[in-house]
Amino acid sequence: MTSALAFRDLTLGYDRLPAVQQLHADIAEGSLTAIFGPNGAGKSTLLKGVTGALAPLQGNVEFGALERGDIAYLPQQSDIDRTFPLSVVDLVAMGLWHEIGPFGWLGKKQRARVDAALASVGLTGLESRPIGSLSGGQMQRALFARLLLQDARLVLLDEPFTAIDARTMADLLDVIRSWHTEGRTVLAVLHDAETVRAHFPETLLLARELVAHGPTEQVLTVENQFRARQMCEACAGPPHVCGRDAA
Amino acid sequence: MIWEIVIQPFADFGFMRRALLGCIAVSLGATPVGVFLMLRRMSLTGDAMAHAILPGAAVGFLISGLSLGAMTVGGLIAGMAVALLSGLVTRVTALREDASLAAFYLISLALGVLIVSTRGSNVDLMHVLFGTVLALNNDALVLLCSIASLSVLVLAVLFRPLVLECADPQFLRSVSKLSAVTHFTFLSLVVLNLVGGFHALGTLMAVGIMILPAAAARFWAKSIGGLILVAVAIAFLSSLSGLLLSYHYSLPSGPAIILVAGIIYAVSLVLGPAGGLIAQVLPRRPLQN
Repeated sequence: MTSALAFRDLTLGYDRLPAVQQLHADIAEGSLTAIFGPNGAGKSTLLKGVTGALAPLQGNVEFGALERGDIAYLPQQSDIDRTFPLSVVDLVAMGLWHEIGPFGWLGKKQRARVDAALASVGLTGLESRPIGSLSGGQMQRALFARLLLQDARLVLLDEPFTAIDARTMADLLDVIRSWHTEGRTVLAVLHDAETVRAHFPETLLLARELVAHGPTEQVLTVENQFRARQMCEACAGPPHVCGRDAA
Repeated sequence: MIWEIVIQPFADFGFMRRALLGCIAVSLGATPVGVFLMLRRMSLTGDAMAHAILPGAAVGFLISGLSLGAMTVGGLIAGMAVALLSGLVTRVTALREDASLAAFYLISLALGVLIVSTRGSNVDLMHVLFGTVLALNNDALVLLCSIASLSVLVLAVLFRPLVLECADPQFLRSVSKLSAVTHFTFLSLVVLNLVGGFHALGTLMAVGIMILPAAAARFWAKSIGGLILVAVAIAFLSSLSGLLLSYHYSLPSGPAIILVAGIIYAVSLVLGPAGGLIAQVLPRRPLQN
């Protein structure tokens, strides 16, 4: 099996304080992997390292056949200005950037795809609503519709189910499952072990260093999780070192 | 009656027609830029940049007196320098953009006032600070109209990246390399329009025609296109009424224009249907969906 992503002794951090240390792992093409670990384990940091938002302090991330345009990234929700005067359809259509770029026209065909994406996340009928009027769950649905349109081979999700109702979560898990069956590689930072066990075949357990990586039932054992917590507490030192990306 | 109050001053006096044309040009260029400043939560940045332009204009004034070219070039250099330096300080040090910008513009402003006062009189200082919309010559008008045309053109080309950069910068960075280009092109537009505006309204008042109509429009329109249209209309109205007020009551024209814009802002704040005071208090019908 070829790997979509390979972490080679990857060390990432802020202000030279490492948040992820010497990570060595391969993410298989088409795999559905949860990144799991205690607060401050460097989970979000790892995703930022993959998108290139954070340059490695050491080591690197190797992309098999992937290019920049093949990666879609959903950061934690707080990054979007919800008061901005955009409608739902404007927000979702941004996902077509790679096709239409800064000047391209939104044609009939693209418009139909936007509608289809909205339908598959259950937002049909809300197209012209301003994004400020959406609930947290609806907003997350809209962002997933945007991810759908990005049509990326590698999808990175950072805590996609935080503060989301159960119904929305089930619908969005369906979307993730459909990505998986289409052969896309999905990496999701999650904090709920039950969700991971139920829906993610692979898990990468992180406590700043790699604890375990492989099939979920072998990785998410009681011993491994205990070890991860201990490692994170042991390495934490002064709270600001580990607490920086805790969220 | 209406003829005498509204049309006669412009029919009779060339300087009024020039003032109106100058104000219309400033409204067309600066107001849409102001809408984006507001949407990016950078309204105060506009204010800071306006102050930053002063020493450049002052050096231009020192070298060649009240010359349009020298003051424009000086203002552009000073404005761009402060924009770039504060951006640089934010990226390489721990200081946030608002604080570094405030630091640079305060230094810049103090330097500017000092330079003007060593050579010129208080009248010259007043000219730079508050502009001379009633004494615009041909060169100044050509400059203002060129800046307005350029701004509208650049905004049209940059519209989509700019909207993304405002609403979801992280997303723009993840899909495209245009983020930095968009940011600095936009800052250049801000500086350019402030420099243009200061010939008409002065460095302090130029930022008023940029921000006040945009802030007022927020209470009337919900889409970006709507915001720009309403803001430009408010800027036109303020320019026209401000000029007429200053003509009929012998008021200084720059402050009169900005005050009219301020009154429109206050009225919008109360009456505006999109989040104005009354709209907030009155019970609303539930959204249909």
